[in-house]
Amino acid sequence: MSIADSTQFLCFLALSAAVLLGALGVVLLPNIVYSAFLLGGVFLAVAGLYLLLNASFVAAAQMMIYVGAVNVLILFAIMLVNKKETLEAIPGLGVRRILSGAVCAGLLGLLLRVDFTTPWALPGPVSIGEGATIRIGEHLFSDYLLPFELASVLLLMAMIGAIVLARRDVFSSDVITGEGVDQGLIEKARTPLLLEKNLQIQPVLEKTP
Amino acid sequence: MVIASAFSPALPLPPALPGLGGASSLAVVSPGLDLESSFSSLLEGLGLTPAAAHLVWLPLPMVLVLVSAVVGVLVTVWLERKISAAVQQRIGPEYAGALGVLQPLADGLKLLFKEDIIPARADGLLFTLGPILVVVPVILSWLVVPFGQNLLISNVGVGIFLWIALSSLQPIGLLMSGYASNNKYSLLGGLRAAAQSISYEIPLALSVLAVVMMSNSLSTVDIVNQQTGAGILSWNIWRQPVGFVIFWICALAECERLPFDLPEAEEELVAGYQTEYAGMKFALFYLGSYINLVLSALLVSVLYLGGWGFPVPVEWLAGALGQSVDAPVVQVITGSLGIVMTVLKAYLLVFFAILLRWTVPRVRIDQLLNLGWKFLLPIALVNLLVTAALKLAFPAVFGG
Repeated sequence: MSIADSTQFLCFLALSAAVLLGALGVVLLPNIVYSAFLLGGVFLAVAGLYLLLNASFVAAAQMMIYVGAVNVLILFAIMLVNKKETLEAIPGLGVRRILSGAVCAGLLGLLLRVDFTTPWALPGPVSIGEGATIRIGEHLFSDYLLPFELASVLLLMAMIGAIVLARRDVFSSDVITGEGVDQGLIEKARTPLLLEKNLQIQPVLEKTP
Repeated sequence: MVIASAFSPALPLPPALPGLGGASSLAVVSPGLDLESSFSSLLEGLGLTPAAAHLVWLPLPMVLVLVSAVVGVLVTVWLERKISAAVQQRIGPEYAGALGVLQPLADGLKLLFKEDIIPARADGLLFTLGPILVVVPVILSWLVVPFGQNLLISNVGVGIFLWIALSSLQPIGLLMSGYASNNKYSLLGGLRAAAQSISYEIPLALSVLAVVMMSNSLSTVDIVNQQTGAGILSWNIWRQPVGFVIFWICALAECERLPFDLPEAEEELVAGYQTEYAGMKFALFYLGSYINLVLSALLVSVLYLGGWGFPVPVEWLAGALGQSVDAPVVQVITGSLGIVMTVLKAYLLVFFAILLRWTVPRVRIDQLLNLGWKFLLPIALVNLLVTAALKLAFPAVFGG
């Protein structure tokens, strides 16, 4: 085994261990912030696996989208709502845990079966390495054009949804709680909510049924 | 721990990413200095196998770039002190060494000997990991900075994209240290830093995309090669003036330099996510921000100012002096000239950044986000569109 091969093998072992342990940590750790940071670690380790497969463009994209965008947004969401509160004990928690563990084990069994029954071609196709960027671009604009466009429509929908949720002055009432909301509090200098708890906020428009 | 270990395999890469000198097959202009091949042949002359010679060679460029990055920080800190003094009509440091050049070293030693404090209610593990996660991506990004045709650690095919991806990792470290400090100012600073760097990454990437479109490659070496030929006239800044300004503004915002240093705005947040940090952990933040500044300046010079190119093409100069470009002496001279030009351009930009820091007031957070989302983003999109149109209309000038 040459030096390059053994280095590659060691990297593969380290990255796989990182992915497995990190994923277990994401699921099992009680602290949600640790879970979120570990999730970033798992994404990074997956990017490292892509690098080992000579897919550097995919690795960089994985790093940028999953770690730089998705994971940062998850962390943002956690830190903006990170209130210390004692959660009530859920009835039948043990049974729930066993059931969800059984579902996961079943999924794992199915995946393992697929893994063992598929006739893998060894060694696999030769990677094209640096030419991958051009190849990905060609595919995105020819045979994968429709999925590409559909994905962008999905993102557009998510964006519109976010705007609707953020700009609630469009609606007379809160979408979730049904209470009247006053967007003016955020945008204009008005008496803060915290000072006057008993202040009744009139809905801007009529409540929709 | 998982996050830190995930970084390490990125350096010893499989054979697809050779060390210094991997660009020789792509070189279209002049092959330039290829230090690796001469070093390897020297070692093989001493009786080593090619693989062993390669192993001996591998750490050299990495260590060299790491050392030059840290020395670059020392120089920048000294420049910052001297230029800020000049702006405010003071003298600045003058006792530590001639003109105070040893002052940054004294600063570093002071930080080294300070007590390493972890606040009692802080989260020790994340508190330690945060600064590391901020520094490591910045140092890794030096992988793609070219100082000459073959003078870079690795001519990765995805070059500039790798830098963008790595710089998007930084907010995680900032959020981590902001959260782990268990301090409201730290948390606010961390959230601000993450919001800022996410919003300014998009116009930054779009302006890089316009340059990439002109050079048909993500590799930094190819981007510089596309700017050679007519010396200063062929630099990208003439074809991408808007992109240059957008890139520089966004780079300053990503580095959290003064017009945009809201994450650590003293009047509002004490020191933002750095509030609880002391000693070497604080030094890592400090180091990271200055390495990032020098790195951004280097990348501006690579993307827009012709990288290692001399304002007059060296081929013309060599021809006028009756020398062949491939002669060993000429190669050494042009190679050193390339390094000097890259560093000179970068430090002109660093000078400009320091001058900006000491003359311009800080923007407000809403102004910052408005500038990013409502001004820079549309302008960057229009710039991309216009570049595409110009590339179709004048393929000879805009790299068809």
